[in-house]
Amino acid sequence: MKSLLLPPHPKERRIVFKNAWTQGYTPDIDCYVKNGGYAELKKALSMKPEEIIDEVKKANLRGRGGAGFPCGVKWGFIRRDDGKPHYITCNGDESEPGTFKDRYILHNDPHQLIEGMAIAAFALNVNLAYIYIRCEFPKAAAIVAKAIEEAKAKGFLGKNICGSGFDVDIYVHQGAGAYICGEETSLIESLEGKRPYPRIKPPYFPAVLGLYMSPTIVNNVETFCHVKQIFKIGSDEYAKMGTPGDGGTRVMCVSGDVMRPGPYEIPAGGVTLGELINDVCGGMKPGRKLKAIIPGGSSSKILRAGETFKMKVKGPDGEMIEKEVPLLDLVMDSSTLAAAGSMMGSGGVIVMDDSRNMLWALNNLNTFYAHESCGQCTPCREGVLWIDKMTTRMVNGEGIAQDPATLKNVADNIAGRTVCAFGEAASWPVQSFLEKFPEEFQVASN
Amino acid sequence: MDKHAAPSNGSRQADQIPTDLLTKIDEAVTHYPVSKRSASLPLLHLWQNHFGFVDDSGINWIANRLELQPINILELVTFYPWFRQQAAGKVCIRVCRTLPCALAGSYEVRDAFCKAAGIDPNAPPHGHSPPVSADGKFSVEFVECLASCGSAPVALVNDDLLEDITPEGTAVILSQYN
Repeated sequence: MKSLLLPPHPKERRIVFKNAWTQGYTPDIDCYVKNGGYAELKKALSMKPEEIIDEVKKANLRGRGGAGFPCGVKWGFIRRDDGKPHYITCNGDESEPGTFKDRYILHNDPHQLIEGMAIAAFALNVNLAYIYIRCEFPKAAAIVAKAIEEAKAKGFLGKNICGSGFDVDIYVHQGAGAYICGEETSLIESLEGKRPYPRIKPPYFPAVLGLYMSPTIVNNVETFCHVKQIFKIGSDEYAKMGTPGDGGTRVMCVSGDVMRPGPYEIPAGGVTLGELINDVCGGMKPGRKLKAIIPGGSSSKILRAGETFKMKVKGPDGEMIEKEVPLLDLVMDSSTLAAAGSMMGSGGVIVMDDSRNMLWALNNLNTFYAHESCGQCTPCREGVLWIDKMTTRMVNGEGIAQDPATLKNVADNIAGRTVCAFGEAASWPVQSFLEKFPEEFQVASN
Repeated sequence: MDKHAAPSNGSRQADQIPTDLLTKIDEAVTHYPVSKRSASLPLLHLWQNHFGFVDDSGINWIANRLELQPINILELVTFYPWFRQQAAGKVCIRVCRTLPCALAGSYEVRDAFCKAAGIDPNAPPHGHSPPVSADGKFSVEFVECLASCGSAPVALVNDDLLEDITPEGTAVILSQYN
C-alpha cells in the first residue's frame, strides 16, 4: 500500500488519520497503547450508556458511509433494556467507486476502530459484533483479526473488559466481491450467510429488525473511528470543528485528473471544491482544464465546470439571501452539496479534465452498476443492463438519435422503484450526465 | 450443477481435506454462535484459498458441515463474484476496471498484463472463469473498484495490492511472481 507520508496540508486536520500517517507508527497494540490508546474506552466504561449516546449526539457526528445519517440519533433507536440481543456490525465493505479511506485505517490503525466499536458496544448493550471487510482487502482482514486477538489478550475485548463486568466479542467477516453488500440490510443478509438481497424498509430497519432479526447498528469504519475521537477531544470541541449539524472532520478521497490525488482529512465544511482541487490537490494536470466533478462517490450526481447554483447564504446583515454560487465556491459539506443537486455521499471526489469524453465515462459507470445489481428488483435488474448496453453501443459509434431520450426514460423508471438505494445510485449518473453534458450524448439523426 | 466445471483430475476436493483446513473450519464456525449458516462465506473462503476453487463436492461438504442444503451454498458461489467453480491461474491478477482506474489507463494495463501472460485480452471480462494462460500460471481479469482510486491504476495480484501500474511495468510484475 502506497504510503503518502506527506505532512498535512494546512487545510487538513488529521484526527482519524493521525496515526495512520505518522512515520514509524505500527498497527500493534503496544504502539497504540503507548500513544494513549484505549484510554477513551476506559473513560466510556465509567460513564452511563445514555451519557455516551448523548456525547455522540452532541458531537453532531454524521455517518461517513454515504447516507450521512446522524450517528447518535441512529444509536438512540436501540432500547438497551428491551431484553433482546443487540448487535453492531462495522461496514468495511468499501466499494463505492472513488472512495478509498478504509484500507489506510484497517492496515495502519486497526485498534482505533476496535476501540470505537467497543465504546459503541458498551453504550448499546452489545456482546457480539462483526467487522465486515470486503475480501479484496485480504491483508486488512488479517491485520484486524490479529489486532482483535491482541485486544482480547490485554482485556479490552472478551469477558469482563477492563474489569467492568461487560463482555464483548468482535469477529472479522469477509465479503466476497459484491458491491451491494455495502447496503446495510444487504450486509446483514450476507452476514447471515445468504445471498445479499437488500431487505425492504419498513419493517427491516436494522435498529429494529437487523442481524438475526434483532436490533442492530451498522456503522462505517470511519464513523467508529470518529466515535473514539469524540471521547478523546470532547463532544463540544469535536462539534465545533465542523458546521452546525455536521461535526468533526471527514476524509475526502480525491481521484482522477488532479496533480495530487489522495485521501485528505478535512473539517466538515472546511474547504470549497475549488480549494480542495486547486489548493489541496495541486490543481489540474499541466495544460488541462477542469471539465466535471463527481463530488460524493460514483453514485452522486455529476457537476459541470463553470456552472453556478442558486444558494441561500448568509448576507452581510446576517439574514439569508439568495446568491449565485459558482461550482468551485461550493463548500464541501452535506447541506451545500445537497442544495447544489448532488451529495457529499461517501466523500469520494472524482475529477475529470477537458480531455475526457463524458459518454465514455458514463458508460464505464453503467458497466459497473450492470455488474453489481443484485437482481432482486426487476426495474434495476433489467434497467441497468439496458442502460449499459445502450451506452456501450453509443461508445462503439452505433448509437441512434433517440438513445439519449430512451436512456433518460429507463433511468427515470428505475429510481424510486427498487427495494434499496442502488436504483437511485445507478440512475443518478445517467440522469445527471445527460442533463449536464447533453451535447456529448447527441447522435446524428439516421 | 455447472456442466462447464473443470474436472479436477477426476478427484473430489472433499476427499482431500487436510487437517489444518479442518481446524480452521472448526474455528471459523465458533465465530457465529447464533447461527451456523453465517459461517457459509468464511468456509467458502477457506475452501477456495486451499483448493483454488470450489467443486461440487466442496459445495456438498460445506452444506453438510453447516446442516444446510447444497443449494444454500451453491447460490452463494454463483452470486458472489469472488467464488469460482473452476481454477484460475496460480497467480491471479485482478485489474480494477472502474472509472478512476480507467481514467488512469486500467484498460491498457489489463491488455498489457494479458499480452505479457499470453492471454487473449478479448476473452470475456467478467464471470466465474477468467482467462488462464496455457501453462496455468496466470489468469487476468477485470474486477470492479478495488478502493484505491488515489493510486490508480491498481491491481490485486494474489493478496498484494499493486498501485500506479504502467503497461510497461506489467512484464516485470509477472516475472516477480514467476
